[in-house]
Amino acid sequence: MSRSITPYQTSIGPTHPAFKEPIQLVFDLCGETILKANFAPGQAHRGVEWMGTRRNPVQVLYLAERLCGICGITHSLAFARAVEQIAGIQVPPRAHYIRSIACELERIHSHLLWAGVAAHELGFDSLFYLTWRARERVMDLMEAFTGNRVHYALIQIGGVRRDLSEDMILKIKETLDYYAGVYDELRTCLLEDSSVRLRCRDVGILTATEALELCAVGPTARASGVPSDIRRDHPYAAYADVEVTSVLPNQYTGEIRGDVYDRIVVRVLELQQSVKLIRGFLDQLPEGDLLAIPKIMVLLAKLKKAEGEAVGLHEAPRGEVAHYVRMGGAETIAAWKVKASSYSNYMSWVPMLVGEQVADIPIIAASIDPCISCTDRVMLTGGGRNEVWTKEDLTRLSVAKTRRIQAKLKAEG
Amino acid sequence: MRLKANKALGRSLWVYLCNTGSCNGCDIECVALGTSRYDVERLGVKIVGSPRHADVLIVTGPVTRKMEPRLRMIYEQMPDPRFVIVAGVCGMSGGMFYDSYALAGPIDQIIPVDVYVPGCPTRPEAVIHGLSLLLEKLEKMES
Ligand code: SF4
Repeated sequence: MSRSITPYQTSIGPTHPAFKEPIQLVFDLCGETILKANFAPGQAHRGVEWMGTRRNPVQVLYLAERLCGICGITHSLAFARAVEQIAGIQVPPRAHYIRSIACELERIHSHLLWAGVAAHELGFDSLFYLTWRARERVMDLMEAFTGNRVHYALIQIGGVRRDLSEDMILKIKETLDYYAGVYDELRTCLLEDSSVRLRCRDVGILTATEALELCAVGPTARASGVPSDIRRDHPYAAYADVEVTSVLPNQYTGEIRGDVYDRIVVRVLELQQSVKLIRGFLDQLPEGDLLAIPKIMVLLAKLKKAEGEAVGLHEAPRGEVAHYVRMGGAETIAAWKVKASSYSNYMSWVPMLVGEQVADIPIIAASIDPCISCTDRVMLTGGGRNEVWTKEDLTRLSVAKTRRIQAKLKAEG
Repeated sequence: MRLKANKALGRSLWVYLCNTGSCNGCDIECVALGTSRYDVERLGVKIVGSPRHADVLIVTGPVTRKMEPRLRMIYEQMPDPRFVIVAGVCGMSGGMFYDSYALAGPIDQIIPVDVYVPGCPTRPEAVIHGLSLLLEKLEKMES
């Protein structure tokens, strides 16, 4: 006897323990299987871009940093790169190197954070504690270097605000040695563990074509076999001086499946890559100035006169970030648009989730490492299809319908 | 009533984290509370997954307009007695985002707040300090 199951709709979020940040996912389900997936971003919209147009470029740097609490360097660097292009400021080589070192340290911290969250979503909490313990080392290092655990205030337009002392270089080297040691442990726990493999293999697949069509970026794209990496494709800061290769999952497993497991592989391998890159940067670290224009008043005066538009690119831990800036010879910037990496990756949720089980939603959603606070600067309104029906809405609609029927009955007498 | 409830609480606090549109900085620092370095569980503090189980709500973020009704909803779901800790300056005053058009906060305009923990972001140690201040406050209320 066959029994037909009626599809139904359910939504997860915006506040849900599986997501650390507010976002809402809406699913059409049939039993346990997902028929259709959609998402409703915008819950964390703070109007940062608009606020940016009321401040001068140096003030915007700190605002840009607070787009996201994970990528403290990412947004300020991308913004600074755009402004430097407009104003024609040449960043000194030592500053380029320090920027790159900080970027890679940030990548280590971000990937470890992600690995912990992913382990937690899988219900593998001991691994969550292990990775977050390892992460504290790089947090300490960043604190010693920049004075803060999260928002570093390191980037200045035309350079960096802090120098790497000999002591600090030693500390960085020690930390790198520590990570080289932890790497094996992490690889065993994350990649060779059979429960992780069972939960993640062939789950949430994104094919290379889909990744290209949906413009996925960063580790999400690389796990599907698309070798895009801004550090390699458009080298900036000090990345042109070292060899950067795109990390693809087949370097470890010998094949590319584009599933959740591959996304873990890419991130774990990138940890090792970052350690290698930082070592390279430290070996070649040139002497010299930190800032192109050290006097802030002179810098502001120059920026006030600058006119034009530019895009600043950066490969964040989650993929490509683009900041578009227009300046029109005024104290404040004229326009600012941020395209965060998760913005490009959201759409890949849809093919990943369709056909999967409800229980796999958290790990699939987490597998693109969504950063919601970065992304929510624009409210998306998509022709009514993105609408979220809250309970109140449904009640209101149902009441309205009853009224209509009543009126009709009355008219018919 | 309140006194009795404090005793019933046994001073072991269960905490629910709520992100109302923060930049993530404070939020992640609060998640770090539960991990091995800071390990608040040794102090009897547990991070739980539902506001219905929680005694304490730690709120981060400046409360965007979209999150405002959610924050109220979460607060209403918590059983009495309930306490609120605000982590981070942007929840206290708007902080970096003070002049934004999209904010409904600060948090104390929406729900009553017991302890403020400043910082942008707050350090996990600071949040632990905030929790201990709350405990002190509870003890004072008891005696
Ligand atoms: S206080 Fe600062 S770090 Fe904390 S959520 Fe607000 S902007 Fe982010």
